[in-house]
Amino acid sequence: MVLEVRKPRPLWEILFSTHHTDIGLLYIIFSLTLFFLGGALAISIRTELFLPGAQVFEDANTFNRVFTVHGTTMLFLWVIPFAAGIGNYLIPIMVRYKDMAWPKLNAVAFWMIPVGAALVWLGFADTTWNAYPPYSILRAPGPAAEMWIFGLKILGISSILGAINFVVTILKMKHPDLPMMKLPLFTWSILSTSLIILMSMPTFAAALIMLYTDRLGVSGFFNPAMGGDPLAYQHLFWFTFHPEVYVFVIPAIGMIYEIIPKFSRKPIFSYTSGITAFILLTIVSFASWAHHMFATGMSFTEKTVFMIGTLAAVPASAMHIFNWIATMWGGRIRFKAPIAFVVGGIITFFLAGAGGVVNSAMPLDFLTHDSYWVVGHMHLFLMGIITFAFVGFIYYLFPLITGRMYNERAAMIQFWLMFIGVFLVFVTQHLLGLYGMPRRVVDYVPVEPLIIMNQISTVGAYMLLVGMGIFLFNLIKSAGWGKPANMEDPFGIREKYYDYRRREPHH
Amino acid sequence: MGHGTLEWVYVGVVVAVLIYIGADAWNVETFLDHAPEDAQVVKVTAQQWFWTFEHEDGRRELGELHLVKDIPYRFEVTSLDVIHSFNTPDFAMMIDAVPGRINSIWYVPDQAGEFLIQCREYCGFSHYQMRAKLFVEEPAGGGEQEAQVTNASATNNLIPPLGAAAVAS
Repeated sequence: MVLEVRKPRPLWEILFSTHHTDIGLLYIIFSLTLFFLGGALAISIRTELFLPGAQVFEDANTFNRVFTVHGTTMLFLWVIPFAAGIGNYLIPIMVRYKDMAWPKLNAVAFWMIPVGAALVWLGFADTTWNAYPPYSILRAPGPAAEMWIFGLKILGISSILGAINFVVTILKMKHPDLPMMKLPLFTWSILSTSLIILMSMPTFAAALIMLYTDRLGVSGFFNPAMGGDPLAYQHLFWFTFHPEVYVFVIPAIGMIYEIIPKFSRKPIFSYTSGITAFILLTIVSFASWAHHMFATGMSFTEKTVFMIGTLAAVPASAMHIFNWIATMWGGRIRFKAPIAFVVGGIITFFLAGAGGVVNSAMPLDFLTHDSYWVVGHMHLFLMGIITFAFVGFIYYLFPLITGRMYNERAAMIQFWLMFIGVFLVFVTQHLLGLYGMPRRVVDYVPVEPLIIMNQISTVGAYMLLVGMGIFLFNLIKSAGWGKPANMEDPFGIREKYYDYRRREPHH
Repeated sequence: MGHGTLEWVYVGVVVAVLIYIGADAWNVETFLDHAPEDAQVVKVTAQQWFWTFEHEDGRRELGELHLVKDIPYRFEVTSLDVIHSFNTPDFAMMIDAVPGRINSIWYVPDQAGEFLIQCREYCGFSHYQMRAKLFVEEPAGGGEQEAQVTNASATNNLIPPLGAAAVAS
């Protein structure tokens, strides 16, 4: 219990702490805050697109900036820090060590994130979150683009430092009596994630520097007028960010593995297949980056190679889904909020995965690429499985963090709003893409199918907004005034909960 | 692990489905990747934020593209500034316009009418209205078409209304 409201600690003691639970708490609160801010931007985007023509934004410029910051925020300031926060909280407990391997490095890694976030938010660039040159080097207005580059640079270093800390904590600080094959699957998921970050992130770090010198005009790596190749950036970018997709999703998969056996009151169907699938995903994640670039004029051979690399990731994901369903099968499931969110997440994971197979099939990619299909597809992942698993896990950890219970009924109302909302918003966006609506547009051709589907999508977005409002209210109210939890078994499922008594001296 | 068999069967089914999808994609893509020899070449140039088209016979059009139904066309797409993407959603066709590269794509317009050409890769301020019109016309009788072409090549400059009128007549 860190956020003890009954015996509050002074704020500075949490802020300057290097203890893993305090830093985990800071990560969680920070990422949730940015999640709500990024969500506000999303609502403004959906409101704008409710009707063709201008609603919210005077001109396309502001709109372009808003979706750029929305994307950057949700990926780098919500998904990654949240997973790092939960990892901070649980990894030392799971490997039975008193803290992370390097507590001070841990604090440094966290405190770099608000700096990066400030650069991204104060700059408000319009490069899109992938900042393709030559637009980003020749035409994107400064200093916003420079601030975006440096913000991302800092966030990248932060996640590399965090990843080193996790790898060392798991591999070297693990209790000697605890074999690797007895570690919870969540630990394996954080280990896979950290290894992917360590292998992929440096590439993007280099690409960012090249982007910056190109902007200064001293080099021409990506500037065709100076003999550079804009596609080289796309290769470097996706070499980092396709594996990064697995960095987003694997911690969510690990959290689902924590929740499902507990609430199904049955052991995991197959522990080894879970680990196998994690390892497979880690390796295969590096074999598929250029499937984002089929439409840039790749040769037939390249397209074939990357299509096969992409399809190779499917069996591993399918193994996870099988494992979850087989674990729940025949279990005495107590449908509390955590597992409700997880089951919703599994359903969207299946749908998003099926959509991903469509994207990777070469001819179909030309239908879906850069259309609203892709927007719907990746949001079905990010909002569907990843955020659902994260929200479920917040509810699961809520008693451990606050010592109090959240309001179960409000959580279930939030679940149904979000579950229906996600389908309305993102499945409709798949159809919009098939009708040919490009992504990143402030206005669209005013024809009836596009208008109707955009309106359905916006209505769904407002359902998500209401759900998120309930979520925020539930978190604040229950943390302050909720019913004190029974810490041995807060969910009444007769399963072991995390050791809440663990309270190392703060340093 | 007594329950391993079930999982292997399941993984086998998933892999089989994926192989089917991959093989079919390969089949379709080999067809799509090879333009017919007799395809008419149209040079497409993207700029912030408009399209120019140049036909094989030197006819140029700005913001409008006139094609004839049932003739195969191969588009050579490039850009003069940032990356754009040449997309006609009604014919499910798109390819990026990358500065310094010429990408090509082909299709046979099999339907007459007026269609939308749009940019599908974010390219800055007016990306959302970087559109052009595609007119697909019914093939006229052989001799008449010849006349049109000569008529159009006579006005070989960037005057879209005239060029459009010449072809549409």
